[in-house]
Amino acid sequence: MLTAEQAILAGMAVPLVGALLIPLARRVPNLREGITLVTAAALLACVLSLLPVVLSGARPGLVLFSLLPGLQIAFKVEPLGMLFALIASGLWIVNSLYSMGYMRSNKEANQTRFYVCFALAIASTMGIAFSSNLFTLFIFYEFLTLSTYPLVTHHGTEKARDGGRVYLGLLLSTSTVLLLPALVFIWYIAGTTDFTVGGILADKLGPTELALLLALCVFGIGKAALMPFHRWLPAAMVAPTPVSALLHAVAVVKAGVFSVVKVIVYVFGFDTLATAGAAHWLVAVAGFTIIAASVVALKANNLKRRLAYSTVSQLSYVIMAAALLAPLSLIGAVLHIAVHAVGKITLFFAAGAVYTASHKTEVSQLDGIGRRMPWTMGAFAIAALSMIGLPPAAGFISKWYMLSGAMATQHWLAVTVIVVSTLLNAGYFLPIIYRAFFVAPPADPHGHPHGEAPLLMVIALTTTAAGTVLLFFFPDVPLELARQMISP
Amino acid sequence: MNLLSHLPALQVVIPLIAAPLTVLLRRRSVAFAVALIASWAALAIAVLLWLQVAESGTLSYAIGSWPAPWGIEYRVDRLNSFILILVSGIAALVLPYSRASIEAEVPPQQHYLFYTMFVLCLTGLLGIAITGDAFNIFVFLEVSSLSAYVLIALGRDRRALFAAYQYLLMGSIGATFLVIGIGLLYLMTGTLNLADMGLRIATVQGTRPVLAALAFITVGVSLKLALFPLHQWLPNAYTFAPSAVSAFLAATATKVAVYVLLRFYFSVFGESAVFAKLPMEQMMLLLALAGMFAASTIAIFQTDLKRLFAYSSVAQIGYIILGMSFDSVSGLTASIVHLFNHGVTKGAIYMLLGCVALGMGGTTLARVQGLGKRMPLTSFGIVIGGLSLIGVPGTAGFVSKWYLLLAALEKGQWWLVFMIVLSSLLAAVYVWRFVEAAYLQEPRKDTAEVAATPWLMSIPTAILVIAIVYFGLDTSFTIGTASDAAAALLGGRR
Repeated sequence: MLTAEQAILAGMAVPLVGALLIPLARRVPNLREGITLVTAAALLACVLSLLPVVLSGARPGLVLFSLLPGLQIAFKVEPLGMLFALIASGLWIVNSLYSMGYMRSNKEANQTRFYVCFALAIASTMGIAFSSNLFTLFIFYEFLTLSTYPLVTHHGTEKARDGGRVYLGLLLSTSTVLLLPALVFIWYIAGTTDFTVGGILADKLGPTELALLLALCVFGIGKAALMPFHRWLPAAMVAPTPVSALLHAVAVVKAGVFSVVKVIVYVFGFDTLATAGAAHWLVAVAGFTIIAASVVALKANNLKRRLAYSTVSQLSYVIMAAALLAPLSLIGAVLHIAVHAVGKITLFFAAGAVYTASHKTEVSQLDGIGRRMPWTMGAFAIAALSMIGLPPAAGFISKWYMLSGAMATQHWLAVTVIVVSTLLNAGYFLPIIYRAFFVAPPADPHGHPHGEAPLLMVIALTTTAAGTVLLFFFPDVPLELARQMISP
Repeated sequence: MNLLSHLPALQVVIPLIAAPLTVLLRRRSVAFAVALIASWAALAIAVLLWLQVAESGTLSYAIGSWPAPWGIEYRVDRLNSFILILVSGIAALVLPYSRASIEAEVPPQQHYLFYTMFVLCLTGLLGIAITGDAFNIFVFLEVSSLSAYVLIALGRDRRALFAAYQYLLMGSIGATFLVIGIGLLYLMTGTLNLADMGLRIATVQGTRPVLAALAFITVGVSLKLALFPLHQWLPNAYTFAPSAVSAFLAATATKVAVYVLLRFYFSVFGESAVFAKLPMEQMMLLLALAGMFAASTIAIFQTDLKRLFAYSSVAQIGYIILGMSFDSVSGLTASIVHLFNHGVTKGAIYMLLGCVALGMGGTTLARVQGLGKRMPLTSFGIVIGGLSLIGVPGTAGFVSKWYLLLAALEKGQWWLVFMIVLSSLLAAVYVWRFVEAAYLQEPRKDTAEVAATPWLMSIPTAILVIAIVYFGLDTSFTIGTASDAAAALLGGRR
């Protein structure tokens, strides 16, 4: 068996090796996808081997090398990173199955490049999850942006190029113009960028400076899609759906909110921020994003666009919950990272399955589609319940904790936002379910009979939908990890 | 052992002797062999010198045993041993590359002359870096410049002649200004030895001739290093010169000129109060910023990659000068390390462009459409070089940018921090013009027959591309040397 240190390194090395092997098998698609699956399984095994270690309270880590004097590329697995790595690696397997079905059915070009970039993106994600300081995190964060760019522009069309420009333009500008100066500044005043329980900025800055620095960090982490830097996410929807599913519902966006939570908890520290009152504005901005994005989602007719804005809104739940600086809401934030990942990937899987089977992309075209694709739309319905926050889907639990945290701190703005947005969520998800199951399909003069999407895709989306329900009944592991985070 | 003590002289003498040898031997393969041996020997000597300096401190070598300050002194410290490694290292890589590269660009009967000029140019650049004598700097500057004019004129395009002529005019003005400045300093201090000058200038500081000397030297050297707006010669020279020459000059010539500026500013004028009389820091800051933004913006609108990256060079020189203007250890470290990192990056990019020119028949953006399919490795190499220009982590450019940002923060200049990162976004824009052409456009029909890159070109190019990533990950050599050199330059005042 691997030691914890080896497992950490393997977390990055395994997908990298996969990325190197995949091109060698480019002429044999079955072997190529086989390599992807084996790589994904090996990665999950490595990550799982770390879980008992972290649950037992240990924080394994290692220093790879010093990039600059005093600035190390170093890794340490703490509960939040553990959870993030677990989600990303676990869902990569499911997503790979789904990709095989999707990419083949839709006869996509450049599939080898697709799988290579996917593996590279996962390697970067693992680097982010395991980073033990902000410097390391920043480096992998940039790698993730670059490795996903070819996936966003996969189709190579004019539209893909424009989407790619917005994607790269926004993500690179925010990280370069806002996050990098913040990073250098943190290093300059704190002499370290290590993620430390309680933060590293205590007594170093005044309240205003703290608030400004927090703004640089939170807006600089563009992947968290806080308004007004959210536009890249809908733009990224030009990518093939498996990319939207794993990267723009799980890996990339969760890397964003994960980084935000890490920065708030381990760089600034709850107490430092609370004493200075430097995070109040963030609750308001995140709250605004939640509501505004939901309103946009309500109006969007394109299904992927609606899901994208729903993601923008859901990401800000995590940011708002963290910015409340209450232990209970932090648990909610951590849980929500997991819960939303499983739910949103299901929704994207379903959207891609609908497209593959029927080539429908708009909400208004979905009348009666549930009768033809019961599994797909059933999974969609379960995941939608999770988004709204209704039992028996896992979204209920995370929302419960967030709401409790908001009430405990008597943050009525946050309470209102959560309540109103729940209504909005219901407003843009329930009509889809209603259309799919209860509206009669339109008379189809040309007669394009279709059933479910290819089996691999249905298996994938059923698995993740089951995951949403299972997480409701057995939230122990994420819950325990979240608890360890607030009381280390 | 005896030979080891003469290393500083051999550093210059070996390529100098190689030059007439190539003329005498004439056969191009023999001339190539001589030039290759000379450049590799130069690299070996540079590495040995660096090691010696790292171990036992500054070396002083009296040419002809005439002791300084009367004789000419070669003086090797942390700073110039670093420059020597850059110059000779690039030469050692470009030379094998040039063998295959000039095949298509220079008539065969002129090949031996190419090697002659190449080693002469190398001699000049190494000489500038190693000498401790002000007039000697001027002499070597002329040696390197004259040979560079010839090298540029060898370009296949007739516009190369015009480019060389333009460079000749601007370069000569620069050299004249430099020699006037040196003359004034000699007049006032009575010495040509740089170290001696630095000591004696204290007694005459603030006098008008010394201020005039500072102005003349600044303008003269700025012409050679292509400080905006004195950069007019550079885009044409880099665009129309043979690929190997573009690569060599882009990586070394302007960098050595920056070294001269560093030497005069910090080793000669540094200890005196000259800077108190002239707002040099503010002026350099302004010119650097103007260069960073104006040249990057111009680069965005270029259609030829060689010209695009030439303007990018002007912008990157802005970063180097910006670092100098901070007048702090971090700032100078950023300057010196960027001088090296950018040399490596631009050298690699121009070598890659040479491969592209050979394979695709040109380097215009229209021609490189679909390069990612036609020449995947070359194309990827240019992307890596481009990422280093932007300053993406994992590349050499990030290291420079980090120190530049740190230097700006140390001064509390938040607006400069944002200027630096904003200008790096401009770099992202022009680099992405290439990326979109190479990867998001279908290849043109007339580029279907891609000539394979000869291994003599691909291997040196690959080494330099790997170096971009290597120096982005392992900074012990670059930052270690640069921060020592920066501390030494500022030594007297801290």
